[in-house]
Amino acid sequence: MTETQPAEGLVSIPALLARNARERMDRPAYREKEFGIWQCWTWQQAHQEVRALAMGLLALGLNRGDFVAIVGRNRPSMYWSMVAAQMCGAVPVPLYQDAVAEEMAYVLDHCGARFVICGDQEQVDKVIEVQDRIHHIEQVVYVDKRGMRKYDHSRMNALADVLAEGRAAHFRFESELDARIAELTYDSTCVMLYTSGTTGKPKGVVLSNRNIIETAKASVAFDHLGQDEEVLAYLPMAWVGDFIFSIGQAMVAGFCVNCPESPATMLTDLREIGPTYLFAPPRIFESMLTSVMIRMEDAGDLKHALFKHFMEFAKGTGETYGMPRYRKQQSKPTLRRRLRWAYRFAMGIGFAVETILENAVRGFFVRLRHPIEARKYFKARGPLLNLYPQPWRDYFSYRTGEVLVYGPLKNTLGLSRIRVAYTAGEAIGPEIFEFYRSIGINLKQLYGQTEASVFITQQPDGQVRSDTVGVPSPGVEVKIADNGEVFYRSPGTFVEYYKNADSTASTKDSEGWVATGDAGFFEPGTGHLRIIDRAKDVGKMADGALFAPKYVENKLKFFPDILEAVVFGAGRDRCCAFINIDLNAVGNWAERNAIAYSSYQELAGHPKVYAMIRAHVEEVNRSLAADPILSSCQVHRFLILHKELDADDGELTRTRKVRRNIIAEKYADLVAALYGGAKTIATETEVTYEDGRKGHIRATLTLADAEVVPVAERRAAA
Amino acid sequence: MNAETPVEAIPTADDRKIGPVLMEMKHITLRFGGVKAITDISFDIREGEIRSIIGPNGAGKSSMLNVISGFYVPQEGEVWFRGARRPQMKPYQVARQGIARTFQNIALFDGMSVLDNIMTGRLTLMKTGLAAQSLWWGKAQREETEHREKVEKIIDFLEIQAIRKTPVGRLPYGLKKRVELARALAAEPMLLLLDEPMAGMNVEEKEDMCRFILDVNDEFGTTICLIEHDMGVVMDLSDRVVVMDYGKKIGDGTPDEVRGNQAVIDAYLGVAHD
Repeated sequence: MTETQPAEGLVSIPALLARNARERMDRPAYREKEFGIWQCWTWQQAHQEVRALAMGLLALGLNRGDFVAIVGRNRPSMYWSMVAAQMCGAVPVPLYQDAVAEEMAYVLDHCGARFVICGDQEQVDKVIEVQDRIHHIEQVVYVDKRGMRKYDHSRMNALADVLAEGRAAHFRFESELDARIAELTYDSTCVMLYTSGTTGKPKGVVLSNRNIIETAKASVAFDHLGQDEEVLAYLPMAWVGDFIFSIGQAMVAGFCVNCPESPATMLTDLREIGPTYLFAPPRIFESMLTSVMIRMEDAGDLKHALFKHFMEFAKGTGETYGMPRYRKQQSKPTLRRRLRWAYRFAMGIGFAVETILENAVRGFFVRLRHPIEARKYFKARGPLLNLYPQPWRDYFSYRTGEVLVYGPLKNTLGLSRIRVAYTAGEAIGPEIFEFYRSIGINLKQLYGQTEASVFITQQPDGQVRSDTVGVPSPGVEVKIADNGEVFYRSPGTFVEYYKNADSTASTKDSEGWVATGDAGFFEPGTGHLRIIDRAKDVGKMADGALFAPKYVENKLKFFPDILEAVVFGAGRDRCCAFINIDLNAVGNWAERNAIAYSSYQELAGHPKVYAMIRAHVEEVNRSLAADPILSSCQVHRFLILHKELDADDGELTRTRKVRRNIIAEKYADLVAALYGGAKTIATETEVTYEDGRKGHIRATLTLADAEVVPVAERRAAA
Repeated sequence: MNAETPVEAIPTADDRKIGPVLMEMKHITLRFGGVKAITDISFDIREGEIRSIIGPNGAGKSSMLNVISGFYVPQEGEVWFRGARRPQMKPYQVARQGIARTFQNIALFDGMSVLDNIMTGRLTLMKTGLAAQSLWWGKAQREETEHREKVEKIIDFLEIQAIRKTPVGRLPYGLKKRVELARALAAEPMLLLLDEPMAGMNVEEKEDMCRFILDVNDEFGTTICLIEHDMGVVMDLSDRVVVMDYGKKIGDGTPDEVRGNQAVIDAYLGVAHD
């Protein structure tokens, strides 16, 4: 690691904000849709708001080194609170807003937050609920005043009032605030983020200004991000990705952060903003694709045919002709860009017309002979006269597709202007990945974690594939240990786990190498990293064969009908799986196939659904059988769960990763039944509602066998 | 700002202000031909309270609500509103007085968007004429902007931003009910009449609706009179309850009083005929 200091003294987020306020005064910094209108704050306004808020917090008695918990949906004021806390020398701790009070209690207790800034009444209620156990919470600040009138305000304030107080008292606090900002160094704590806790309790990852700013600078340079980017901030604020993206990169590059009106309007807002840079978990891309496919099933014949034809065509050509090019100047649509766009559009239309005319003329002559002969003729020659060389024809066809299909489709999805899109957090299905790439969206993968300030490896433009996670990011060193575990060292490497020296020591060694806990290898030749699974999830089956559950689960989840899968098999003689169906996809399928159902549970237990899922499982088995290392991970028996796995029940983490052990424990009876011989099993499950109350679901589940490709015999034969 | 100086004096949950009598029904009797739907019923609604009317099927609850909203004219009895006897009125005149309602069977414009539907709730408050509005220029434009702002606040309040532009016909039942409530709220009523706002909803939708009703009462200070079958909901929400059976009033009082009333228990559980 190089111990450099940035030249301009931009050693903290508040300093970057001040720079942006100076240099980008009237450019938009934050937008939020409220009351149906996009409200905008310029950098200068944002800077003033943040300063006022910081002074308001000083007035409330915020000390250096205090922890300020921040919980709520993505709103400019929540981001400002984080920066304001930093200005005061305090440490912001964003929390997952959908966490139940119990989970929140642990984190609040662990960091010892004196201040909590809440988005709305719901979050305040949770804080009040835990307040009788956690006594160090002194002040609660809330943003949305709705429903808050009746609360006891002795230790509670509306954010607007804090702002007003900060403005009114600025004479008193101006110098104090400046002094505190001046105290911030490159190595002082920037933020503390809690890991999602796939295993056990969440850990508080302390990230310094150096971590965040260096990482942001490197990644901004990597993808040529500039002040003209538009991004939509909709990811949970407690996730490191959102912090890097909406604060780190936004402050470094100076682009505008747009906050949606509510979580439900995310897709509409995405379309209205038309982001140029997008960061999304695979889930978002999956659900977008699912909704496109569902709507295409319902579309008219012509549209359906066009869509099918051009999507098939784009599979081979999208990589070559569709990708957006990096342009250095993109502030305004220049005449040149307009002309290029007009030219492309005209080419598309012109070629479509030309094709139709040619075919009409040709069809006229051919039809003179005989219709059947005509059909044969077209089949043999293809629909086009071969006037141009192949690459030209592909280019023209792609432009036609752009005008007729890809363009409108991207527009509907709100992805028209995307220059760079990243998917991270989980593996993405190859078909899904290919779909977005083929319609000209520069979707790339990256591999990262909270401890690395996100970036470990990422894919450079032009070297994008669905099965790797790319090359090490600038400034990051990666090495593979003997047992296959991936280690890295970078300027973004975290400082420590808060109040957890043991974990820090076991994760990060004295030279700064950090264990990721993932097993992977560098592909020979390309130098791209491939991740197989969590290192500790990779186990052995009873016969000593490699067992990589996540690999199999991902293969299963690539089917749109399957939402989640949990595969068991460590230390056993064969694999079995729990499967969660995707209500959207399967529900639509049921509707089209006239299958009546009244509830999730009924649909999940339907014999036809079982038959469909079995077909999927068997397909996965076939593809696993082809892989010599993982062929024994084939799924012998499975069942479809009667309820969706849910983070509220502790079955998933808040970032929707499966908690394998907890599920195995909770559904021990089902696992036993899978390995037993029963055909059906009756079970009862406890569920937690969003408000924390508990209920029970009873169900009788069917256990189904899936056909397995016999590998052992083949091996014996070979 | 500091702990010593509270932001403002805030009434706590339990001493919610229930004001003077807003509306009083005096000896109302309503007949349809020979059928007596309502027989000699008297009760009052106070400002700022949530007043429920309950009763078994055919008890005359909806008729009662229609009398309040001025749609039915009772043959006998008087309706007093804000301290004055209300003469016979057309429903739109009643609406102008500050009474808005929702319907048991949703009565929205299916082809129009949610936003437009809610805007219709403000018709009685619009002042510019038809000609000015169709030209949409000058005063009419300014006025619409103002009304739109109010409507957006209500949309935000009821959390229906995501369906703002969706045609109502495409919405599920629970959301339609919410849109109907939004339209009623858009008229900025003093008295809001809700006819079975929770009928046919699942538990989650009911809870949402309850919260909205309480919030409306709380935030806007709107007086609410509602008809509901779900006893749990009624007992939790209401300040006072009127119980009707066969067109007669058999109980009136706080939820606790009503719960203990023998006549009410008989009406709901049935009496042995001996």
